[in-house]
Amino acid sequence: MGKKTVIPIGPYHPLLEEPEFFKLYCDGEIVKDMVWETGYNHRGIEKICQTKTFEQVFYVVERICGICSTSHPFAYANAVESIPGVEIPERAKYIRSIVGELERIHSHLLWVGLAGHFLGYNTVFMWAWKYREPILDMFEIITGNRNSYAMFTIGGVRRDINAEQATQLLKVLDDVKEKTDLLVGAVMDDPVIHARLKGVGVLTSKDIHDFGAVGPTARASMVDIDVRRDDPYAAYDMVNWKVILAKGGDVFAKAEVRLLEMYESIAIIKQCLEGLKKSNQGDIKIKVKEIPPGIGIGHAEAPRGEVFHFVKSDGGNSPVRHKIRAPSYTCIPTFRKSCVGGTVSDAAIATAAVDPCYCCTERMTQVYDYSTGKKIMNAAELIKLSQAKTRDLKDKKV
Amino acid sequence: MGKEIFYFLIFPGLLFSSFIGGFLSWFDRKITARVQFRKGPPLLQPFYDFVKLLSKDTILPKNGSKFTFLVAPIFAVFGAVIAAVFVLLPTFGIQTGFVGDIIVIIYVLNIPSLTYMIGALASGNPLAAVGASREMKLILSYEVPFLLVLISIIIKSGMSIKLSEIIAFQTANGAFIGSISGVIGFIVTLMCIQAKLGLIPFDMAEGEGEICDGITIEFSGTTYALVNLAKYIMLFVLPALVVGLFFAGMNFEGINILWSVLKVVLVVLLLTLIRNTNPRVRIDQAMRFFWIWMNLLAISAIIFAIIGL
Repeated sequence: MGKKTVIPIGPYHPLLEEPEFFKLYCDGEIVKDMVWETGYNHRGIEKICQTKTFEQVFYVVERICGICSTSHPFAYANAVESIPGVEIPERAKYIRSIVGELERIHSHLLWVGLAGHFLGYNTVFMWAWKYREPILDMFEIITGNRNSYAMFTIGGVRRDINAEQATQLLKVLDDVKEKTDLLVGAVMDDPVIHARLKGVGVLTSKDIHDFGAVGPTARASMVDIDVRRDDPYAAYDMVNWKVILAKGGDVFAKAEVRLLEMYESIAIIKQCLEGLKKSNQGDIKIKVKEIPPGIGIGHAEAPRGEVFHFVKSDGGNSPVRHKIRAPSYTCIPTFRKSCVGGTVSDAAIATAAVDPCYCCTERMTQVYDYSTGKKIMNAAELIKLSQAKTRDLKDKKV
Repeated sequence: MGKEIFYFLIFPGLLFSSFIGGFLSWFDRKITARVQFRKGPPLLQPFYDFVKLLSKDTILPKNGSKFTFLVAPIFAVFGAVIAAVFVLLPTFGIQTGFVGDIIVIIYVLNIPSLTYMIGALASGNPLAAVGASREMKLILSYEVPFLLVLISIIIKSGMSIKLSEIIAFQTANGAFIGSISGVIGFIVTLMCIQAKLGLIPFDMAEGEGEICDGITIEFSGTTYALVNLAKYIMLFVLPALVVGLFFAGMNFEGINILWSVLKVVLVVLLLTLIRNTNPRVRIDQAMRFFWIWMNLLAISAIIFAIIGL
């Protein structure tokens, strides 16, 4: 074998929104070996959770990831509620599923955009993100926030979805469905995209089992797993939907799974809204007085795969141990299989194909005028502005 | 002598072509932005970029050949300006040029790409090396169909190897774009120009998402400003060459001035639309595309030209 060059992807690279480091050992353009290093972003969330009460932990785990910010509270709620063994009200189940599926749609749209960007197809990037905006606005109307919705609590949800919001949501869903048709057409029928994605980063079903990969990554290799169906939670056993599978295991199959899953999500939300109409004016929350000693295990299907939470309680008001496993943890090691043997170009899109979870949050505290250097707004005023926008959205002034 | 210096430095050389190239670059960016539902930059943005880059630090690579690295962008601008003069003088109808100038143009059009490669390799950056190797492969793939198309044009214009004569032939007998071989040649040339300018789908030498702008990764400050300047000039020169080869050149008398401008803008618009409706292809796919499909098309153009279509 000839001399090998190291092509670094990371720790800071346009491909990665979050610091991660992939060393590609290349012979010419062919990737011969790959070493990945993570841990640049360690924030000690599990330890922080042990210092918070069971109620507060929701808002900590929500901030693990800005994109799938409801999947962690979802899994945590399942874990905590399994300790006393409470059954949440039907209305809360529907609302939880609606939030979870809306998040899946916006996350998949975000991935389609990013994948386009990594391929140099910036038009798809911009379009997908534009079509994602109404979903985020809908989140703002329902929960008050575009991200980190603070919707879940022990024993139910914190906010109800009223009839008016439901009709608004239905309208947005019809719109999104139309736009999804357009994106599916643009991606699935483009010969250049076929040439670029087919047969790239192939993972066989054996590889999936070997690495324990989950979610769309696994389903694109015909591995039929989905927590929503295998261990139903919230309202997923009360509605009709099917698990999307695709053959091939290449990047194209992963794109296919994600695009088609959006249609299923739309169908689930529509059925949940029907269910909400039937269970008119029911409770959205039951009171859980205390969490008895014991261990709780909960998982949920995040847009990227199974999120797993383990919570141990000693009867006090905060967890004594909280273990979290995000889907990317099992999906990232598959890179060694999907990238080695391909070219550097293929490695870029193959790493993006599992949609590694980038947990980035940026905070703006003050805005200055560029020319005069005068302070215009501080954090409190920005929050006020944001709340005013939410109010306007709810009153349909925007 | 004074006239030559004027040609090279003012019109149609450095100053003129970089201004027009800057505006065309703005046009490209504005159209891209509108296609992507964005607002787009103001008219003078390319010039702001250039001036801003001039005021920035120029960071030299630690492990590279500093002299070669610094000289490469200057030669890129030189090459682009020489190409501008040789292409634009006959295209504008100012001067007739010399016999065989089309062959010289083929050579000088490659100078910017070659100097980017030399600069990238001199920087000692592995990503730049990957970018340079891709650029080399790309040059090897697009040059052959480009030459074949030129042969078909030379055949059509009655064995003339002088750009001004080719344009004069078209003015007399109608533009080549009106014939079958002309249309095929135009398509092939458009693809070659897309690759020459490093636009998507053939921007793998830069490949932002893969190798972080590969070939230009180490350029900063003044050197990067010069690289951008060479790119602006090439964005004007290559469409102008297409106009000369297929659309009977430019004419600046009366209403014709509008047509001349429209021709260049149309070619740039086509390039922009191609780059906004395609993902980047892999280098091996690009090579196959040029070596097989584009060569076949170019050869068919030659055959059509020989039988007079």
